[in-house]
Amino acid sequence: MINELSVIFGYSFMSRALIVGVLVSLCAALLGSSLVLKRYSMIGDGLSHVGYGAFAIAAAAGIAPLWFAIPIVIVAAFLLLFITKKGKMGGDSAIAILSSSSLAIGMIVLSLCNVTIDINGYMFGSILALKDNDVAVSVVCSVIVCAMYIIFYHRIFAVTFDESFSSATGIRSGIYNVLISVLTAVVIVVGMRLMGALLISSLMIFPAVTSMRVCRSFRSVTVCSAIVSVVCFTAGLIISYYIDIPTGAGIVVLDLAVFLVFALIGRIRERQ
Amino acid sequence: MKLIECKDLCMKYEGITAFENLTFAIDEGDFLCIVGENGSGKSTLVKGILGLKQYSAGSIEFGGVKPKEIGYLPQQTAAQKDFPATVWEVVLSGCLNRNSFFPFYTKENKERAKHEIAKMKIEDLVHKSYRNLSGGQQQRVLLARALCATEKLLLLDEPVSGLDPVVTSEMYEVIDELNKNGVTIIMVTHDIHNAVHYGTKILNMSRNGYYFGDAKEYVKTDAFRAMAGGCFHHDK
Repeated sequence: MINELSVIFGYSFMSRALIVGVLVSLCAALLGSSLVLKRYSMIGDGLSHVGYGAFAIAAAAGIAPLWFAIPIVIVAAFLLLFITKKGKMGGDSAIAILSSSSLAIGMIVLSLCNVTIDINGYMFGSILALKDNDVAVSVVCSVIVCAMYIIFYHRIFAVTFDESFSSATGIRSGIYNVLISVLTAVVIVVGMRLMGALLISSLMIFPAVTSMRVCRSFRSVTVCSAIVSVVCFTAGLIISYYIDIPTGAGIVVLDLAVFLVFALIGRIRERQ
Repeated sequence: MKLIECKDLCMKYEGITAFENLTFAIDEGDFLCIVGENGSGKSTLVKGILGLKQYSAGSIEFGGVKPKEIGYLPQQTAAQKDFPATVWEVVLSGCLNRNSFFPFYTKENKERAKHEIAKMKIEDLVHKSYRNLSGGQQQRVLLARALCATEKLLLLDEPVSGLDPVVTSEMYEVIDELNKNGVTIIMVTHDIHNAVHYGTKILNMSRNGYYFGDAKEYVKTDAFRAMAGGCFHHDK
């Protein structure tokens, strides 16, 4: 078994996918619990479509994709937050408009510039897409996200649980909402090419929702989602290699299976 | 000593004037009840006092209490109904405003949370999940959290809405007890009878003017009779 694993991860594309994937899953799970509890589940989905548009433009213009996409998606995250808070439009409509327009712009740019990129890979993820350079960027981004999350953990909890109380007692809730959005944007862009624009948001939402079925405290939800996320990613990556299925899809289906098991456990516990 | 003094205060809600020229003051030890029909600007006033919303004219002055030293008990949000957090986590989060930049909880924070939990008699719920508690227990948890943030002034936004009569009167006893021990209380409520029973001062807001004064005087006014439905004789 160990021998076989060392053979698999002996391929450099597999070890790259493992490093980036584990880090991204960890960050996504941490942020996911706040997003789910603040009813922002769809933000990840919206931002990943913006990421697709940004990657398309970067490909057409020949710019380094990550450096181009990260700022664009951060701006989009700000925009979503601002519209949801201040605007007359509901958050869900804002996300729907933003995500479909960026997808459309991305498609047009690609067709006008005659760029041949692997659309399937962008949509559903590809473990072959990662280069050594991407691994370095991903590691740096993930370490920053984790560090920020740990430092501001208690404040993020307070703002997630009760924004008006936090603001009234002097915590600047606005800043933490921005922090969560910016970190989410970074994780989405970094994880997008591995998981695909359509599947990356599942990495944020599934672990949190799964853990909430059985965990009682915010801390246990956070720890449990981190574990669920990393385990599902690693297992999904290995399984998809063996039975030759798309990696992103394999991981999502595994996440779904774990969710169903946890939901069942939660139900049984409630009955008792 | 005056804790908060509002002078000629005007506030807007979505561009429309919610109330104007409101003048009242809260002294240390007061139990002020803010009553009034829906849309009279009660919630807007609360947001103004808490600094969550700008006022358009007039002034709010604080004496003896900092604007961020108000223990706030908000109305429950939908998100809190399935929020996985233990009572301990919720109460402790009230201490965050005490450690300005330090990101974690100190030993004093934890002692304080324990103290407030004991005061609210919820020691046996500490490790329970907030979402599994009854309405009355949840309010006690939020009160303990508010007390962690301040010992001077509590602002309670409809603390008994949705509670059954027994739990409601328990809740009033708890609040009254706090007030007798020196905590100044501002309470927004629709429960006019208990407002005049427990409150020492009343602020009655309505779309055509307001009343501010002692609860004992308030019960003699037409404003009170209108709020109470005209068929209530108060024995205070």
